[in-house]
Amino acid sequence: MTSSKYLVLAGVTVCAAAGDSLLSRGMREVGNISFHHLPSIIVAILNPWVALGIIFLLGFFASYMTALSWADLTYVLPATSLGCVLLALIARFVLHEQISVTRWLGIVLISAGVGFVTRGPELTHDPSRKTISPASTQALAARQK
Amino acid sequence: MTKEIYTWGAISAIVIASCAGDVLLSHAMKQVGDVSELWRRKGLMTVIGRILRNPWFIGGVLCMTIAFYSLLFALSWEDVSLVGPAAAALSFVANAVAAKIFLHERVDRRRWIAALLVAGGVLLLAA
Repeated sequence: MTSSKYLVLAGVTVCAAAGDSLLSRGMREVGNISFHHLPSIIVAILNPWVALGIIFLLGFFASYMTALSWADLTYVLPATSLGCVLLALIARFVLHEQISVTRWLGIVLISAGVGFVTRGPELTHDPSRKTISPASTQALAARQK
Repeated sequence: MTKEIYTWGAISAIVIASCAGDVLLSHAMKQVGDVSELWRRKGLMTVIGRILRNPWFIGGVLCMTIAFYSLLFALSWEDVSLVGPAAAALSFVANAVAAKIFLHERVDRRRWIAALLVAGGVLLLAA
């Protein structure tokens, strides 16, 4: 893994966290949408917070696609889950919300999961080339250490 | 009661649609190849053209659009602190299963543990 690849994973993490919180802020302004007023969900994207959220989600999408071009789905997803931790830390240190012991435990579990998966190989199967055997995956992992 | 049905119906729709979208996009991008390497050799327009012409990519984007509107629908009924973690935790496990079946990724013990740790952590964050 090169540093630019870690930068792409960081882009996925940050953009997803920012995008989701902006969408949530916007949808609170838009209000409840029921099945009887389903078309109003289309108008919802005109809300400035939702629109800004969508811009961040486009950034997320670009970096996510880049990551998927050189890594497995089961590597990218856990590796970028630090976004949840990031949201909790923003809540604690920027918004000064109280974080319970359960939530700190959740943060520890996610971080452990991220650490676990990022220590392994990022690619185990590539349909565009020949299938990578378990042996060559281990060789790949050994080379990266 | 209506609120719970709407919320959990939308969360199920998010999980199914985003899982299908992730699998399709992952397959598309493996066919396109390493984007940064391709960009260096052939330029950005070639990369974009190759991605946009890939039928798996189009399918993936359609699924992601369904997931996105389901998310907006769910967020209009319930806080992000429930919808986000619930959908994310279920997606991690669903994706590990789907990647093993459809993408033939080698989901070894390390990746199962990672997916379950992250899913558990996400649920604790929501508690």
